[in-house]
Amino acid sequence: MLQRKKKKKKKQEEQQERRSNRELYFTGGFFALLFAAMIGYYAYFVQAEGREMINNSYNSRQYILASQNIRGTIYSADGEVLAETLTDVEGKETRTYPYENLFAHVIGFSTKGKTGIEAEANSYLIQSSIPLSSKVENEVAARKHPGDNVYTSLRTDLQEIASKSLGVYQGAIIVSNVKTGEILAMVSKPDFNPETIVEDWEKYVENENSSVLLNRATQGIYPPGSTFKMVTALAYLRQFNGDYTNYRYQCNGSMTYGNSRITCYHGAVHGSVDFISSFAKSCNCSFANMGLNLDRDIYHDTVSDLGFNESLPVNFNYSKSNLTVDDGVSDEDMIQISFGQGSVQMTPLHLHLVTNAVAMGGTPMKPYLISQVESAEGEVVKTFKPESYKELMTAEEAATLTELMTAVVESGTATRLKGLEYTAAGKTGSAEYNKVKEDSHAWFTGFAPAEDPEISVTIIVEKIGSGGDYAVPIAKRLFDAYFGL
Amino acid sequence: MQYYIVELSKYAIAFLMVIYTLECFWILKRKEDNNRTGIFIRQGVEMFLIQFLAYLSMCLQTGQIEYLFFYAFLQIALFSTIVLYQMLYPAVNRLLVNNMCMLLSIGFIMLTRLDYAKAIKQFFIVVAGLILALIIPFLVEKLRILKHLKWIYGLAGVAALGIVLVLGQVTQGSKISYTIAGITLQPSELVKLIFAFFVAALLYKAKSFWQIMVSAVCAGIHVLILVASRDLGSSLIFFVGYLFVLLIATGNYLYFGAGILAGAGASVVAYYLFGHVRVRVQAFLDPFTVIDNEGYQMSQSLFAIGSGNWFGMGLYQGTPSDIPYVESDFMFSAIAEELGGIFAICLILVCLSCFFAFLKLSMRLQDNFYRLVGCCLAVMYIFQIFLTVGGGMKFIPLTGVTLPLVSYGGSSVLTTVMMFAIIQGLELIRYQEEPEDEDDEE
Repeated sequence: MLQRKKKKKKKQEEQQERRSNRELYFTGGFFALLFAAMIGYYAYFVQAEGREMINNSYNSRQYILASQNIRGTIYSADGEVLAETLTDVEGKETRTYPYENLFAHVIGFSTKGKTGIEAEANSYLIQSSIPLSSKVENEVAARKHPGDNVYTSLRTDLQEIASKSLGVYQGAIIVSNVKTGEILAMVSKPDFNPETIVEDWEKYVENENSSVLLNRATQGIYPPGSTFKMVTALAYLRQFNGDYTNYRYQCNGSMTYGNSRITCYHGAVHGSVDFISSFAKSCNCSFANMGLNLDRDIYHDTVSDLGFNESLPVNFNYSKSNLTVDDGVSDEDMIQISFGQGSVQMTPLHLHLVTNAVAMGGTPMKPYLISQVESAEGEVVKTFKPESYKELMTAEEAATLTELMTAVVESGTATRLKGLEYTAAGKTGSAEYNKVKEDSHAWFTGFAPAEDPEISVTIIVEKIGSGGDYAVPIAKRLFDAYFGL
Repeated sequence: MQYYIVELSKYAIAFLMVIYTLECFWILKRKEDNNRTGIFIRQGVEMFLIQFLAYLSMCLQTGQIEYLFFYAFLQIALFSTIVLYQMLYPAVNRLLVNNMCMLLSIGFIMLTRLDYAKAIKQFFIVVAGLILALIIPFLVEKLRILKHLKWIYGLAGVAALGIVLVLGQVTQGSKISYTIAGITLQPSELVKLIFAFFVAALLYKAKSFWQIMVSAVCAGIHVLILVASRDLGSSLIFFVGYLFVLLIATGNYLYFGAGILAGAGASVVAYYLFGHVRVRVQAFLDPFTVIDNEGYQMSQSLFAIGSGNWFGMGLYQGTPSDIPYVESDFMFSAIAEELGGIFAICLILVCLSCFFAFLKLSMRLQDNFYRLVGCCLAVMYIFQIFLTVGGGMKFIPLTGVTLPLVSYGGSSVLTTVMMFAIIQGLELIRYQEEPEDEDDEE
């Protein structure tokens, strides 16, 4: 009896205990989840940001690596050496750049801080992925390990043409493979010699106005001029659901609104124009008229969709393009904005990305410069694959813009590209940068072949004249070289 | 040859650590004694192999033969601990003994690499602690009066914390330690143990709302004194420890929710009230823009973890000393840098397996008082790890607490060794409650 009672009591206790252990399971589960999240975050951090951590100039670990390994070599797509470290008999290391000024900005330098690919690929160049057996051999022979080599997508032939075409003028050129996003050439003028950067440094820094070290292709902020009509045209298409057939405008060569008076380039009178011919002939008055009648919200959204005031999908340094269109923008300002003057500021890289979006049916590839990293013994360390960026415009919008840009070549301001073995499409611009109306930057952005784009170019030549006269011929030279003509 | 050993031992250490960790969780599921014994012995072998490889590699790289002597003494101390525990207490939880020794040895490897003098200093404290820890299980088991000393615990705890607040030395803006006879003590560490007994004594029979309010006020006093001493990390650990014990004792999620809300509210108030809290939050949100000042420590910790990647830079191949206070607050980052991410994750998992073993033991304890003591220690232990590891990797804002058993700091390591010993005492109590039932327990 007593035993029974005892047993019963024990059973009761057990039940009670089992119930109350629920909170213990809760406690265990709570911390298990917390730790799972933390370990997940840790794994993500190591995988995604580990390399970036090494590259931070505050991280002293990169200097340790640099003392163990010889900085790797940078190659062009056609296998030429663009930067390499030579060691003399005394063990003194010199970073040499066989092409001197030609790749100055895009490859950069590593002796006076790090810029360009020297900075972007730094964590690869200073690490050595050769097998352990080779490392042991080096260790025994008291040699430093060779760092990993970086293969870029840059082509020396296109780079040379681009650089020569700019000549003594300031400006920038970007050439890329539309289908992959690989950058084939990137030139910024004035340039410098990366081999002598340490000696020349004072000269560049002394003069505060000197912008020699600035990579104009990615960091130069310019008024885009008429090339920006691509954006205004896109906003128009969005407001009228892609239907532009009803658009008409009578151009007298100038237009007066309030206190401001605008003119077409060199006072040209375009007469009666529709949507396509306004674009092809680059009629400022027609676009001013268009801009005035566009809904500011739609315009603002279009500009945001294209990436103004926002980050671009690239791993190298660049500036953000700026433009805000809201209710605070006066009609006079809106007129200026609609053909790329006034408060519009854009980098050649960003314009290039928009052009690539048109060429790729609305979704451009992410621009990139590094295609592969290999160990000194030829083993692949990392391959960079083409990646799509987000959709900047719909396929229909891209098709209409392609139509407009083809008209620019066929019957507009870029007829120098007409009747060639390939078809091209693009937009010219002659951006005014000061009050003297005759001075302008020459712009061209476009691609070829128009029906199945492979190559795109964006060109700006500063203070030279009209885009049609000075930028389009450079595009032709680059296209010709690309197609082997 | 030397290069091969150094480089290969890096991978071997990571591999051994993975095996060790898997066995920890394997054991948590297993019951049969004979199979388990084999695993415990294997774990011991892995532990000693890891240390052997690490010390060999450090010795080869620095040419310091004395590291090998240190290694020998360390092995003797740890080996004796494992053997003596088993001889004295057949019912001892061998997984926890192994894990304690494993965590201690990881700490010693890293500490030897960072600052050999500190490693020696720490060694003496650990040996003293381990000897003390051999007696503690016996005391916990026999001194049943421990249940009835609640106001003594309360007074002792508040007094110890209060003295620091009034007389303590200021380090890094916080008053957390004072010096008696040349020995610097950090009472908030030892008070953790007393606090666990205090809360358990208050709550193990508590049913009425009034009793619960009393416990809340008493715990609140502890937490507030720590806040006033600007010891943010410890105050959080005490708070969270109390909160979970309250939940487990009452089964009332309402109290728990109210506690969380109160904690969240207090955090917001603390953010606006204390400059050092704002600094920590800013360093958490964006360490790199304030890298020269507030964000320096955080950035360096992230550099260490990022540079370590999965397999680590190797011992002596990184620069963990760039992180200020690395050997006390950023041990995890130093380990992640030189021994690698895989090793570091295993380290977290080993700590987690200790926590689960604590909880599993508490579940099986019939006596509610000891059950609550076990829970409180378990939660305070794991939450401290969460604070220091999560803080080091920027998962949460930094609070500057030690990684138990691994970090440098006499009070911290002594407290944790004693904590593990108390848990072993609870293990004895459980064994007495149901010695023959062992096998059919879940």
